[in-house]
Amino acid sequence: MNLKLKIWRQANAEAKGEIVTYNISDVSPDMSFLEMMDMHNEQLIETGEDPVAFDHDCREGICGMCSMFINGEAHGPDRLVTTCQLHMRKFKDGDTITIEPFRADAFPVIKDLAVDRSAFDRIQQAGGFVSVNTSGNTQDANAIPIDKHDADKAFDAATCIGCGACVASCKNASAMLFVSAKVSQYSLLPQGKVEATDRVLNMVNQMDEEGFGNCTNTGACEVECPKGISLENIARMNREYMSASLKG
Amino acid sequence: MAKLDSKIPHGSLSEKWTNHKSNINLVSPANKRLIDVIVVGTGLAGASASATLAELGYNVKTFCFQDSPRRAHSIAAQGGINAAKNYQGDGDSTYRLFYDTIKGGDYRSRESNVYRLAEVSTNIIDQCVAQGVPFARDYGGLLDNRSFGGVLVSRTFYAKGQTGQQLLLGAYSAMNRQIGRGKIKMYNRHEMMDLVLVDGKARGIISRNLVNGKIERHSAHAVVIASGGYGNVFFLSTNAMGSNVSASWKIHKRGAHFANPCFTQIHPTCIPVSGEHQSKLTLMSESLRNDGRIWVPKKLEDVKAIRSGQLKATDIEEEDRDYYLERRYPAFGNLVPRDVASRAAKERCDAGFGVNKTGEAVYLDFAAAVSRYGKEQAHVKGLDENDTNLVKKLGQEVVRAKYGNLFQMYEKIVDQDPYEMPMMIYPAVHYTMGGVWVDYNLMTSIPGCYAIGEANFSDHGANRLGASALMQGLADGYFVLPYTIGDYLSDDIRTGPISTDSPEFEAAEKEVKDQLKGFINNNGKHSVDYYHKKLGKIMWDKCGMSRNEKGLKTAISDIKALREDFYKNVNVPGDLDEFNEQLAKAGRVADFLELGELFAKDALERTESCGGHFREESQTSEGEAMRDDKNFTFVSAWEYKGEPSNAKLHKEELKYEEIEVKTRSYK
Repeated sequence: MNLKLKIWRQANAEAKGEIVTYNISDVSPDMSFLEMMDMHNEQLIETGEDPVAFDHDCREGICGMCSMFINGEAHGPDRLVTTCQLHMRKFKDGDTITIEPFRADAFPVIKDLAVDRSAFDRIQQAGGFVSVNTSGNTQDANAIPIDKHDADKAFDAATCIGCGACVASCKNASAMLFVSAKVSQYSLLPQGKVEATDRVLNMVNQMDEEGFGNCTNTGACEVECPKGISLENIARMNREYMSASLKG
Repeated sequence: MAKLDSKIPHGSLSEKWTNHKSNINLVSPANKRLIDVIVVGTGLAGASASATLAELGYNVKTFCFQDSPRRAHSIAAQGGINAAKNYQGDGDSTYRLFYDTIKGGDYRSRESNVYRLAEVSTNIIDQCVAQGVPFARDYGGLLDNRSFGGVLVSRTFYAKGQTGQQLLLGAYSAMNRQIGRGKIKMYNRHEMMDLVLVDGKARGIISRNLVNGKIERHSAHAVVIASGGYGNVFFLSTNAMGSNVSASWKIHKRGAHFANPCFTQIHPTCIPVSGEHQSKLTLMSESLRNDGRIWVPKKLEDVKAIRSGQLKATDIEEEDRDYYLERRYPAFGNLVPRDVASRAAKERCDAGFGVNKTGEAVYLDFAAAVSRYGKEQAHVKGLDENDTNLVKKLGQEVVRAKYGNLFQMYEKIVDQDPYEMPMMIYPAVHYTMGGVWVDYNLMTSIPGCYAIGEANFSDHGANRLGASALMQGLADGYFVLPYTIGDYLSDDIRTGPISTDSPEFEAAEKEVKDQLKGFINNNGKHSVDYYHKKLGKIMWDKCGMSRNEKGLKTAISDIKALREDFYKNVNVPGDLDEFNEQLAKAGRVADFLELGELFAKDALERTESCGGHFREESQTSEGEAMRDDKNFTFVSAWEYKGEPSNAKLHKEELKYEEIEVKTRSYK
């Protein structure tokens, strides 16, 4: 396949960025999107140009590091996949593909397509944990039976990979889906219930401080989420937040 | 040989760890506040160690090259984690887990370390559940288990096909709590460039900030390497793109012995290579072998017809299929250990029975499981067990619930529906049992420098059993290192902060800067990947699933020549003081080009076959691996002497007191 790539180039956080157009040929439909980007970079290196910076690591859709906004969609046109799992067979010969970074005030660009998502880490540090120290004598793992349905729902929420597609897809750059996934996981499990009140207040507070926008229930986050994290989690977090606020 | 003291405590095997813990020196809570520890890497081992050390009161500085600790490649582990809980009541015990691990490792691991691993395995599950890790549960609300290769009990705990993710996020959450408290200082997007020794002790590292290229000095009273394995020396592997040997290799060059580099795990069930453009390989969890049956056609004409597209896998009649694992190993069948399954696949493909265009693929078929589960469901629901369509539908639902994400991943990559057509799989490099040599306390041959998780060599011998990597990473990080390190640090309570303003830091920093400048100013003609791919091809062809003397000798000289060419002709674009992925990669590939040579040298010296290391010269008449216990019951620990080919061999003799060393049979 021959393709036209329109890629966001930005030297660093302070520099002004712009879209630069490239042509690429001999793209195999079996390539992953990132393998196509590798090939493009090899060609840039050969011609003495600066290769395009982008984040990626596991290339199995689980580490959450890859983060491209492709043709106006986080992780591109396919559903329930990350960019690294998107394959070129989803495109056709002659297509123009526009590739931009995940954009949000809280995700400043580092270079080209790589952005700084450390705001997500800081939200987790505010309360995304159960306060239990490591010791050889916590109670036996089977001491508290957990309803399978709750355990499964907690698991579904816990599969969030922290990529930031929800933020990039939201017109308000809201991080509600991301934050609610963690809040839900713990609020569904007995181990997490003990400090549920402080957790939801602290995490939501940190989310606001980081400059993420508000949720207006458009549902774009759920559509673009590569792991299918459900909007139900946002509803659950709102309930948790409400009851925590009343207690506090 | 004084350097190779493994420091195994005295006493009976089952009491060693308890006694050792009771007798080692402790650091008081007040003094822990005066002590700094650096941890490099945030996978299961690094994250769990960082969190636990910080909980104990040490000041921890943790480094990872990714943008967040949560990205470390432990996240991609799929199948599960072993623990001798015996919740299934199927006769499991600490001893049995210990025994299976030693046998699975083909009698090349250290008895005392493995026993300790089995002993703490149950604590790991308790700890993770307490953290809110959502393991799979049954309808009674209790934890569920599955079975993995090389064992006859069900001791594997899991969270669908994302066990590594859930465990890592658990350890990451424990870290986050300590980062929030200020007990861990986290350095994301930082790469360790070198280890700094002061008076012979590890006292800090030189790091590079990958965002702005700044070279930094960090001091500590001890340094813990938890940077994972070196499978990417093969270029194509199931490791993440950034996984590298550099931290381990830098400490090796500073005096840490490197053990058994040739012990590599080639995992039997990965998605086959599709073309030249391939950047990495994707694993399909071993748990699939619980329900999938592996086969190739019996007749070569069927193979030809499949390759040319005239026949489909489902067209081949049952009697014309060769379920070669069930045929060769009736006791363990499709659940033989990984090394055995991989070699058996290679044997069939080498004989011409590979089922894809390149001839390097076998089938992993779920039809039998779909029908078995479907009938069971039909029976439970009181429906017609003879309605084929209904049974298929019900069976597929069960398979989807168990392996849904794996099937989806396969479909996305291969563009074929594995519910309808058997998967095609082929072995790929997955894990490295070899690594930095450590003693019982997990300390390397450099005082104050520790290695944990996949980065060390100690627990898996020549072959790792499935679901044991997660167990080892968390055992080291949560339950072993945080205690053993206190014994060493108890001497440091009066040391005070380590200055970075010393000639040792100065010299190490200069070396790092010189190497990086060298890359940028080289203006060569080939990219870093060009060399990495060439190295990978040499490794796969000559040091892959089967090895021989001639090939290994060629590999050694080819890698040396490639390394020389790399330094002359590599082209690294961009500048030093910016986000420059090519520059970071150049440093990693430079280290792989040295490690690769030592790897081949180690494989050449070990003329026996054992575990993942198959020497063609050492096999039985049936083509099974043949160990040479008389001459090779030892760990090869290599000391750096300039060029990899000059490395000096030290032998740690392995003594088996509790276990009778036997020929490993899965028949």
